[in-house]
Amino acid sequence: MKRVSLVLTLALATGLSAQGASAQTLKTIKDRGMLSCGVSQGLPGFSSPDDKGNWTGLDVDICRAIAAAVFNDGTKVKFVPLSAKDRFTALQSGEIDVLSRNTTWTLSRDTSLGANFTGVTYYDGQGFLVKKSLKVNSALELNSASVCVQTGTTTEQNLADYFKGNNMKYEVIAFASADETVKAYESGRCDVFTSDVSQLYAERLKLANPADHVVLPEVISKEPLGPMVRHGDDQWFDIVKWTLFAMVDAEELGVTQKNVDEMAKSDKPELKRAFGTDGNLGEQLGLTKDWFSRIVKSVGNYGEAFDRNVGAGSKLGIARGLNNLWNKGGIQYAPPIR
Amino acid sequence: MAIEPRKPPSQLVIKLQRTLGGRAGWGGFVLQLLFVAVLAWIAYEIVANARANLQAQRITAGFGFLQNTAGFDVSQNLIPYTGSDTYTRVFFVGLLNTLLVSVIGIFFATVIGFIVALGRLSPNWLLSRISGGYVELVRNLPVLFQILFWYLAVLAALPSPRQSISVFGMFFLNNRGLVVPRPIGDPGFEPFVVAVLIAIVAALVLWRYARRQLYQYGRMITIWPYLLGLLIGLPLVTALIFGPPVSFEMPVLRGFNFAGGSRLIPEFVALTVALSTYTAAFIAEIVRAGILSVHKGQMEAGSSLGLHRGDVLRLIVIPQAMRVILPPLTNQYLNLTKNSSLAVAIGYPDLVSVFAGTTLSQTGQAIEIIGITMGVYLLISLVTSAIMNFYGWRISRSMG
Repeated sequence: MKRVSLVLTLALATGLSAQGASAQTLKTIKDRGMLSCGVSQGLPGFSSPDDKGNWTGLDVDICRAIAAAVFNDGTKVKFVPLSAKDRFTALQSGEIDVLSRNTTWTLSRDTSLGANFTGVTYYDGQGFLVKKSLKVNSALELNSASVCVQTGTTTEQNLADYFKGNNMKYEVIAFASADETVKAYESGRCDVFTSDVSQLYAERLKLANPADHVVLPEVISKEPLGPMVRHGDDQWFDIVKWTLFAMVDAEELGVTQKNVDEMAKSDKPELKRAFGTDGNLGEQLGLTKDWFSRIVKSVGNYGEAFDRNVGAGSKLGIARGLNNLWNKGGIQYAPPIR
Repeated sequence: MAIEPRKPPSQLVIKLQRTLGGRAGWGGFVLQLLFVAVLAWIAYEIVANARANLQAQRITAGFGFLQNTAGFDVSQNLIPYTGSDTYTRVFFVGLLNTLLVSVIGIFFATVIGFIVALGRLSPNWLLSRISGGYVELVRNLPVLFQILFWYLAVLAALPSPRQSISVFGMFFLNNRGLVVPRPIGDPGFEPFVVAVLIAIVAALVLWRYARRQLYQYGRMITIWPYLLGLLIGLPLVTALIFGPPVSFEMPVLRGFNFAGGSRLIPEFVALTVALSTYTAAFIAEIVRAGILSVHKGQMEAGSSLGLHRGDVLRLIVIPQAMRVILPPLTNQYLNLTKNSSLAVAIGYPDLVSVFAGTTLSQTGQAIEIIGITMGVYLLISLVTSAIMNFYGWRISRSMG
């Protein structure tokens, strides 16, 4: 891990690719024939490889949707697994074109890293996982506990704020990767494992006996997770941003992976605009007229991707909650395609 | 027309030419100058290019972040530290943790290394085979694997805090570490420290006096009863007069963990054990090579003087072997220090973990932080080398 960050830092320092990639990301990707997408090192539901090396997950589907919009082929993606602490350097140095790796949108990350968040793929919050045998019902009962956390995340600061704010003492043990953190939690080094709630559910699946562990009800922070792109290429920023919006709008318009061809023939004005049978909105983005149907054909709409990866149709079984559409009680909302 | 003989170049010019250009003279000097200029140009380009790129992408640069509040906590801090301190403080917390593990690791690695080397050279068949087996086993396994082994093995074997292994109700061993009573200074503390210092100084003076008597006049004086009396008696008497120097804060199980007392965290123990046993295997071979490099005749000469095997080793063989041992030993010390950065795998808060890890990802200032971290490791290594070189210089001087 140290070596990776060292190499990335050197690449950044010498600016090997940073300047070349700044203006024409789309052209670079087309020339390369592949989208390079930074993902996690294995977080079920968001980005994890199976035994054949096929990546799946919500974050992975964002990458595939972008690749579909550019190449009309959702498989033209090179996935680059990154640790929490290496992810920004990889984006800055031009190693990846987009970072789609359960990354929390904060002001300092949006301003000081030379990168922009393009939207929110998942509204999350930080929580606590404990063993049921400890008989703890609330995070406020965690005074003097030992807490395992993955380093290089917003989690460490939230944790410090929460315990300080509630006048509680704790001991923090920070590990470089999620796997090491979970292993230490499982071995009893810590009473508590803290992370984003979605990640707690995902990591719980990896434990020997998932049913012996419980996620506490408290959510102590706002963690809006979203993709990031480098500063300096507004066209690419727009493409990544509108790929997610297209997925959300598709759900709102009732367009699914199955009925997409049928819906493309619809006479409804908003569908005609989206499918490019009326106007050339896709071309304004620098893509093709059929960009919208390419995306939906490849990964489905936002709701389908959510269900398949983290929702009811997955092992995680997380409820839509905040991530439901704005008109269905959630806060997922995309500007109109017009 | 008279031909004037050419003046020979002055001695100074020749010397200058040689120093600057080596055997190739001025031509060599120009080449060297060019080489340095190219190096400087490359360095300048790297810095300028990085600056321009950072500015173009509006990535924050500079060292201003060091004054910002860190906002996260660290599990082991030798200096007082809370989440509301600055990143500068985090840097020192991490640096001290790195130094602590390095210094203690070097100490144990050296001790174990010498013992194993002597064991391997011992005429005792069993002892030498066990020592040989230790070396071959330990030095052939990757050190990261050994660190994880000690960490997970230590943790897996230990009970949770509520089922701690208790020794006399004062020491508690559990998977959160070893909890011991913490000494707290009482009014009698200062006189006690003064008494100990006086006793140490007096003992040293006495020892030097005895040595001079031995070397100059050949008189052997038995001083150990006086030394013992000084070192134990004086502090004891002070404690009786001024009251006990310290009282102990007893650890008590409260909630999840022990409150009160001091604690040795398992990450520290695992890392120290792994690094010192691993490095000890290399040191053992270095020491063995050093001892074998001393001519057999030296050993035989010592024996024929009637010295014990231990005395022969201590007084004759090892001082000569040190000249051979020292340079590779320095390498091992440097390796241990650098290997301590593997701490990040088991959550020990060393410099790489808290500074090049957490701080880097919170501020995103990779170039500055990696630069500082590399500089610090370089500095630690250079200082270690300097100390070892000084020691080596003293040895070779004393041997003439």
